[in-house]
This record gives sequence, C-alpha cells and structure tokens, in this order.
Amino acid sequence: MNAHGTAHKYGDHVDTDVIIPARYLATQDPKELAAHCMEDIDKDFTRKNRPGDILVAGLNFGCGSSREHAPIAIKASGVSCVIAKNFARIFYRNSINIGLPILECPAAGEGIQDGDEVTVDYDTGVITNVTKAETYQAEPFPPFIKEMIANGGLMATLRAKEAARNG
Amino acid sequence: MGMTMTQKILAQHAGLPEVRAGQLIQARLDLVLGNDITSPVAINEFEAGGFTKVFDKSRIAMVMDHFTPNKDIRAATQCQQCRAFARRFDIDHYYDVGEMGIEHALLPEKGLVAPGEAVIGADSHTCTYGALGAFSTGVGSTDMGAAMAAGETWFKVPSAIRVNLTGALRPYVTGKDVILTLIGMIGVDGARYQSLEFSGDGVGNLTIYDRLTISNMAIEAGAKNGIFPVDDVTRAYVEGRVSRPWTAFAADPDAEYERTIELDLGTVDCTIAWPHLPENAHSAREGADIAIDQVVIGSCTNGQLPDMAAAAEILKGRHLAKGVRGIVIPATQTIYRECIRRGYTEIFLDAGCIVSTPTCGPCLGGHMGCLAAGERAVSTTNRNFVGRMGHVTSEVYLASPAVAAASGVTGHLTHPEEVMSK
Repeated sequence: MNAHGTAHKYGDHVDTDVIIPARYLATQDPKELAAHCMEDIDKDFTRKNRPGDILVAGLNFGCGSSREHAPIAIKASGVSCVIAKNFARIFYRNSINIGLPILECPAAGEGIQDGDEVTVDYDTGVITNVTKAETYQAEPFPPFIKEMIANGGLMATLRAKEAARNG
Repeated sequence: MGMTMTQKILAQHAGLPEVRAGQLIQARLDLVLGNDITSPVAINEFEAGGFTKVFDKSRIAMVMDHFTPNKDIRAATQCQQCRAFARRFDIDHYYDVGEMGIEHALLPEKGLVAPGEAVIGADSHTCTYGALGAFSTGVGSTDMGAAMAAGETWFKVPSAIRVNLTGALRPYVTGKDVILTLIGMIGVDGARYQSLEFSGDGVGNLTIYDRLTISNMAIEAGAKNGIFPVDDVTRAYVEGRVSRPWTAFAADPDAEYERTIELDLGTVDCTIAWPHLPENAHSAREGADIAIDQVVIGSCTNGQLPDMAAAAEILKGRHLAKGVRGIVIPATQTIYRECIRRGYTEIFLDAGCIVSTPTCGPCLGGHMGCLAAGERAVSTTNRNFVGRMGHVTSEVYLASPAVAAASGVTGHLTHPEEVMSK
C-alpha cells in the first residue's frame, strides 16, 4: 500500500469547521461533501486537488467538531493520505474508522512544502519528498489499523471478520 | 502507582483492576449519544455493518438539536431518518422538537448521566459530563454506530494534567472565564489526548453550572475529557434526577499527572477569546474599540438557567445598542419555561432581544443567526474558528453571558462592571 501525489500544505490547528463548514452538514453524500472540502481555508482546493494528492499540515490537524463528514470529505476528494505534525484525537479516530490513511510525522510536516511531490510507503512509514530528495520516518501503522484501512474502515472490517467466521 | 479519576472509571468499565496511561482497553459504555447531524451517518454505518439489534435501547440517546426546528428540507430528512431508527429499535431517549433541548444540557437535566459512568457521544462537547464526575468523551459517527450495536468501544487510556483550583470567583466571573483563561494558558492543543483532572479547594466554590461549562470546553484544549471530583455540589444536582445506583470515584493520592497547573480562581477576570482560536484570551476590559453586530446567549456551553439569570441581570431595564441584534436561546424546554416564569423572557424582549426555543443553530453557523461578511458577534458558545458562525470573514468573540449581555448594551466588547456601575 502506497501513496503518491502532490502535497497541499496547511498550517497549525486546521479545524473541522474549515475542512467542511456546518452549512453543508445537511447531507451525508461523500461526493457533495467533497465539493466543499477545505472551502473556508482554501477556496481553490477542489480545483487544484488531483486524485492521489496528499494533505500536509502542522500541529493539531482536525481539531474541533467531531463531525465525521470532515475525513469523509477529504477521502471523497480523492486525497490518498493526510500527513501532519500531529492530529486532534477525534479526527484521528474518525479517519482510521473510515479507512483514510493518516500519518503523524513532525519532520514531514516541517519539511514538505506546498506543491512538493511526495510518496508514502505505509508498510515502512517512510515518507519521501521527491521534489526535495528528502525522506522522513513516520511510525508505520500497527496491523489492526492497516487491516482497517485495507478494508475501507471499521464497519467493513467487522463485516469481513463476520464473513470469515461464518466462512 | 495509583490511578487518576479518569483511569479508575475506565478500569472499572474495562473490568480490569488497574489501567495505565497509553494502554489500549475495551470498555463497557453506560450511554451512547448522537444528534441530528452525526446520527444519520452513524445509522448508515450501523446498517452498513449489517447490525439488526441495538445493545440496549435504554442506553442510547438521540437528540434532534443542531438544525432543529428543521431549518430546511434536508435537515428535516436527516431528523426523519433518526426518528425512523428510534422507532424501529424503540429507543427510550429519543428527543424531538417539543421535548428536546441542547443535548449536553438536556442529558444532565434528565439524569441520563451519573457520576462514575462512561459515556461516548458523536459530538465533541460530550466531554461536558465530566462536571458530574463521569468519564465522557466525543467520538465520530462510525464509533457511535459500532457502539450502538456493541455497547462498548476501545480507548487509549489518557495521561493526565491536574488543574489545581484554589480561591473563589469574583463578581461577574464564571466558569466560562475560568475555562477561557485556562485554554489561554495551555493553548488549543495544551491537553491533546489527555484528561484534565480538576482538583483543589477551589472546586467547592464552583457551582455545578460553572463546572459543566468548564468540562464542556475541555475539548477546546484538545483534551479527551475534563473531570471534576464528586462532592456535595454534585450530589445536590444528581439527587432527584438519577434514581439508579452510581459510584463516586476519586483519584488515588499517588495518581500520576504529567503536570499540574495552579489556578487561583480569585485572579480570574471576565475573559473574551478573540478570533480565531479559543486560546486567544483577552481581558474583557480590552477591546472597547471593537464594535459588534450581534450577541448570542445560549448553547451547550452557556444555555443553563444561571446563564439566563446572569444575562437578565445585565439587561434588566437596559436596551441593546442601536444596530446590535440579540439572540437568546435557553438550552432546554425546562429552562425556556423557567425563563418565562421568572420574568427573564420579558427582560430579554424589553431589551430588544429575540428568545428562541432550544437549538444549537447559530453556534455552528447552521441557522437562527448566521453572520454576514465582516460581521462580529460576541457569543457565549465554544468556538471562534474561521467561518464558524457564518461568512468566512465574520468574527466570533467568545465570552460569558454577562459579558455578552454587557457588550450588547454598549455595542462593543465590554466588562459587565462597566455597564452595572452606570
């Protein structure tokens, strides 16, 4: 499992209100949420984002409201992975639960600039900045998180386990 | 090494003699909560998981409070989905328009949370119930969906910060000022992933409503939860509301804290968090040159009866400044009715405010008071993020009900003393 894309870089304390403003929370449709992803912090995001691109940010990414619509919007935008110096805890949990890869790496949050080409190896936790020819080491996912991401989230994993049990 | 209050509650719910910070545990839940924004996603996940039963229909609460009374057809459709789910599983604690309130005011009021219990809610301000000596924390919708089926969830046991409170609050200073001051000290990520454990002689000088406001905003410091010891103030509140047996947990004397923050309540002044982070704390004596367009008094943070009383005290016989809109929202039907009975509603109306039935509406820029480009509000809510209450260039100043009311009267940021001394 790997990611490869262009980095979109943001600062510290990016909250879930700017990732997906509450005015769009009268829907649960991922595509519609994706159409407004990052709108209040970067109105050009949906125009410049390409499938596989990577969000990179500073401290405490995803703070604030527990709305799962935030990681849903990011994932449905085609973003392959979110890298930040660190994450707010509810956002972290929600991302794993819906199968959005999310990596904590202070060095990558510092070193990667907007527009850099980045690859991520989920097995080793190595993040490569192709543009700057730098690498950063993130903690690789423990097996249960890797399984959840591979299955597409917590519920899909529970279903897969149930199916395996009934075999 | 002993355990903190949070760790003791988690250990008990995990069926373990002890737990340590960082440990992953599976814990039994006493209550699982959702609202009209987060429950639909949870219901979808519950159904995607193929579940056909809820773990306990008496331990799930669904409160239609965010976009209600339904702000549009789509909001109505989301409530319809929740209502159908609640009917299908005969959910005991489903609260719709007419009996609902803002979830974090309603659940304590109805006795749905007791000391020592473990609660998750698909709403970040679920941490409010720490005021009652419960472990409670916000999660997302998938966790809510899974918990409705399983009645348990996994947690990483948090390390702790002790907040040692001494002294007593001065006039016009409230729990809101305490928590804004504390977040100003440690920052919006100052307690990230940790529990805030309040302790000290000062706790006894805080009302249950001060504590509810303080615990409510623990998340704004990044905390997993914010918890108060159980004392006579807690018992007086819980008595008559909770009929089931409950347990008061207390931290071990040798519990481990990553750090201790000392806060003398007597040194806290009325505080305003300026845009665009709750950590941007300023004295309410600053900002007389900052003109405002709207005040909002209400929310899960400050929509309780004493909040209404504090606003009414300031607004009695006074009127909002020309050009300022005032929106008052008692947090539950009971509080709403009590505002009428005590004459507060009349005071608010005479002052030029509107008084709404319960809704989260304006706090998250949903409805009932969104802001236009460049507008400023003093609000008793909990977040002043970019675009939180409306247009991306609007600004939110977070404050207590007394400060919001005083600012409404003058038309700029104002300390209540300034208005009351005239």
